[in-house]
Amino acid sequence: MLSVTGLTKSFPGVRALDAVDFTARAGEVHALIGENGAGKSTLIKVLTGVYRPDAGEVAYAERPARFATPLEAQDAGISTIYQEVNLVPLMSVARNLLLGREPRNRLGLIDFRRMHREADEALRDLGVRVDVRRPLRELGVGAQQMVALARAVSVNARVVIMDEPTSSLEPREVRTLFGVIRMLRERGIAVIYVSHRLDELYAVCDAVTVLRDGKVVHTGPLADLDRLRLVALMLGREIGEVADEGVTKFTGEHHAESEPVLRAERLSVRHRLSGVSLDIRPGEVVGLGGLLGSGRSETAKAIAGALPPDSGRVTVAGTSVRTGSTPAAIRAGISLLPEDRKAEGVVPGLSVRENIALAALPRLSRLGLVDDSRVDAIVDTFMRRLRIKASGPHQKVGELSGGNQQKVLLARWLAMNPKVLLLDEPTRGIDVGAKAEVQKLIDELAQDGLGVLLISSDMEELVEGSDRVVVLKDGAVVEELTGSAVTPDALLSAIATTGGPAGAEAGAAGGPAAPQHLRETS
Amino acid sequence: MTTGTTSPADPVRTPAHPGADAPTPDRAARSERLSALAQQHGALVTLVVAVIVASLSFDTFLTADNMENMAVSSAFLAVVALGMTFVIVTGGIDLSVGSLFALGGVLAAWGSRYGTAVALLLPLAVCGLVGLVNGLLIARSRLAPFIVTLAAMLGARGIMLAVTDEGSKTYLVDKDTFFATLGQGKILGIGAPVWITVALFVAGAVVLRRTRFGQYVYAVGGNEDAAALMGAPVARTKIAVYTLSGLCAGLAGALNAAWLVSGVTILGSGMELEAISAVVIGGTLLTGGFGFISGSLVGVLLLKVIQNVINQIGSLDSAYQQVVSGAFLAVVVIAQTWLGRRRRVL
Repeated sequence: MLSVTGLTKSFPGVRALDAVDFTARAGEVHALIGENGAGKSTLIKVLTGVYRPDAGEVAYAERPARFATPLEAQDAGISTIYQEVNLVPLMSVARNLLLGREPRNRLGLIDFRRMHREADEALRDLGVRVDVRRPLRELGVGAQQMVALARAVSVNARVVIMDEPTSSLEPREVRTLFGVIRMLRERGIAVIYVSHRLDELYAVCDAVTVLRDGKVVHTGPLADLDRLRLVALMLGREIGEVADEGVTKFTGEHHAESEPVLRAERLSVRHRLSGVSLDIRPGEVVGLGGLLGSGRSETAKAIAGALPPDSGRVTVAGTSVRTGSTPAAIRAGISLLPEDRKAEGVVPGLSVRENIALAALPRLSRLGLVDDSRVDAIVDTFMRRLRIKASGPHQKVGELSGGNQQKVLLARWLAMNPKVLLLDEPTRGIDVGAKAEVQKLIDELAQDGLGVLLISSDMEELVEGSDRVVVLKDGAVVEELTGSAVTPDALLSAIATTGGPAGAEAGAAGGPAAPQHLRETS
Repeated sequence: MTTGTTSPADPVRTPAHPGADAPTPDRAARSERLSALAQQHGALVTLVVAVIVASLSFDTFLTADNMENMAVSSAFLAVVALGMTFVIVTGGIDLSVGSLFALGGVLAAWGSRYGTAVALLLPLAVCGLVGLVNGLLIARSRLAPFIVTLAAMLGARGIMLAVTDEGSKTYLVDKDTFFATLGQGKILGIGAPVWITVALFVAGAVVLRRTRFGQYVYAVGGNEDAAALMGAPVARTKIAVYTLSGLCAGLAGALNAAWLVSGVTILGSGMELEAISAVVIGGTLLTGGFGFISGSLVGVLLLKVIQNVINQIGSLDSAYQQVVSGAFLAVVVIAQTWLGRRRRVL
C-alpha cells in the first residue's frame, strides 16, 4: 500500500535515514521500532509529507507519490496519530475532530448540529463518551489521544500511522485502541505502529521493521522473532548481554538514612490533592504509584512549588520551605524533572550547554556576569557523566532525540546540587537503551545520597526502582508499600481494591474537574 | 449555539465522584461555565453599566444626537478592529492598520474625483496589497508579525506623506457624489457608516464562526503546529487574515474620508493600538485561538463611551481619556489571565 525505497534524509550533522526500504501492506499492522534517534520519526514525517526526502522513492497504492504537505498526504488517505497529542486545546472536541472536513449546509456554512452528531458518533464508536461541544483541553490526555485517533480513522484512511499512541493511555484505553486497530486491519487498512512497549507489539502487530542509526536492520513477520532477539536487534547488542542485564537497570535496595531529607505534610490542592503526606530519606527512591489522574504529577509539582497548595507543609532537612514558589524550592534543594519535556522542560532553540546551565546560572555568576569557564566545566562533566549524545555542547537541544533531551534536563537539575530529585515519568517516550541508562543513573544518584521521588506508569520500573511505593488515588494516599511488599501484585491490588472499581475509573478518567466518560465498546 | 439532544448540564453525562471534600463536577462545570461567560460577556456587562451610569450622570449623554454621533465615530474604529480580530485570533498582530487607515482616507479622497468606484477600490487595492505583503512575509518568510507590520506602518505612512506633499495637501470630496453619501447619508436617522459596519460585523461573525476558513483561523491561533499536522493551510490562513486586516483598514479610511468629505492626513496614528485594545477588551486572547467578533464591537463601543464621558465632564483634559482607556485595558487583561488560569485549573 505504502512503500519507500532507498530513502535518505539528512539534517545538519546527522544522517537520519540512510537508504531505507520499507513496505506497509494493506490489512497488515506493521511495527516500526528502534532506539531514539534511529530514524522512526523522520521516516514517519517523510511518509506524511512533513519532510521531503533528499533521495529515494515513495510509492503509494502502486504509484510514485511525493507529498509536499501533510494536507496532501491526508487527502490521499494517510492519517497520522502523533505521540504528543497534536490538537488545538482551545477548540471544541467536535471542531478538532472534524477540522477541515466540517459538514456544511447549502450555503457553505458549517452545520453545527450535524458536526456535533458526527463527532459524537465517531467517538462513541471508539467507546468514548464526552460532550463534543466542550473545549478539548477539558479532557484528560488519554481522552484527547482518543479524539486524535477518532480523527485519524474517520477520514477515509487507507494508511494509519500511529506514533507511540499508547504512551498516555490507560490499560483500558489501550484495549480499546487495540480493538480499533484490529477493526482497521479487517477493513484492509495498512497500519504502521510505532511503540517502545514490546507487549503491545506482540499483541497487535503482524510484521516488524527494526531501524538502527537510520538504517533498516531487520524486516519480516513479527511471529518469527522472539523478544530477546528483537531487543538485541534494536540495541545492536549480543543476546547474552541483554539477558544478563535483566528487565530494568535497577540494582535494588539502597542504604537509606533514617532522617527524612524531604517531608511533605498534608498537601491539599482544590480538586486535585487532598492531604497527601510523604517522606523521602537520603539515598532512597520512593515510588509514587497510581493511575493516570490520581494526583502523582500534582504531588510532585506541589512539592516543587510549581503548583501552589491550599494547605500543607514541605520541609527539607528539617527546614520548612515556602510552598508555591519554585525558586524557594530550588534554593532548598528540590529539583523537579517534569513530565512534559516539550512544554515544561527543555528550551529546544537553545544549545545543550545553555539548557544545562539555565537553572544554575545564578550560582555560576559573579556580580551578575556568567563565569563561562565554570559553566563549561559543569556542562562537560554532566555531558560525560550522563552520556549525552550530541555533536557538541553547542548543538540545539531540539535536534536531539527524546532520550538525550531527557538527559539534558536531568543534567540541568543535577547542576543545582539538589538534595531531593523529583522525577515525573523520566523514561516515558525514550527508547530501551536510553531508558536503561536513565534507570542506571537514578540508581547511582540514590547511592550518592540523593532522595529520589519516582513517578512512572511503567510498573516494572516503579517496582524494581523503588525502595518504597506510595500509592495515590483520587488525590489521596491510599497505601504505602515497603521493602519486600513492593511487588507488582501488591501495587495492583492497592490501586484496584480501595474505593471500588467505579470510583477508580471515574477518578482516573479525568479527575473531579474534567467531566468525561470513557467506556468499553464491547 | 446549537441545541443537541442533551445539554451540558445533563447529569447523565457527568461522572459520579468519590471523596466527600471534592466539589461535585456539577459545581466545577458550572464554575467553569461562569468563567467562560465572564470572559465572553464581561465587556458587554461593563458597557451596559457604563451606559447606565453615564446616562444618569449626564443629561446630554442619552440624547439621540449624542448616540448617533458616537455610533458613527465608533464605526471606523470598529471596521479596523474587525480585521484585527481575525489577525489576533491567529495569534498575530497588525500594527500597520493606523497608517493604512490614513492612507486609505487620502487615496479615497483623491480618487473620489474619478467616481465612487475609484474612491472605494483604490484604497482597498493599495491597503489590501500592503496586507497581502505583510501576510506573505509573515507566513512564507516566517518573520515576526510585530516587525513586519511595524515596517508596513512606517512604509504606509511614508506613501501617504508622499501622496500629500508631506501632508500639506488635503484632497476634498465633492459633497454631491454618491461616495460622500456613504459617509454622510442617513437611513432611518442613522448614519450610513453605522449600517455598513453592522453589515460587515454580521458577515465577519459568520465567516469566523461558521466557515471552514474561520475554523482554520482558530486552529492556527490555538496550536499552529497541530493545525499544520491536521492539514490546515496555515500559511494561506495567515496571508488571508493580514490581507483582510489591510482591506478593513483601507475601507475604514475611505468611509472616514467620505464622512469628513476630505482625506485628513493626521488621522490614524495610534489607531492600531486602539483597535488592539478594543479587540482584547472584547474578550479575544492576545495569545490567539480564542475570541469573538461581537466582543470587538463591544470593545470599540466601550472605548468610545469612556471617551464621550470624559468629554462630557469637560473639566477633564482629554489626555485623561487615554489614562482611563489604558487602565481599563490593564484591568481587562488581568481579568482575562485570571479567568484563563481559573479555567485551566478546573
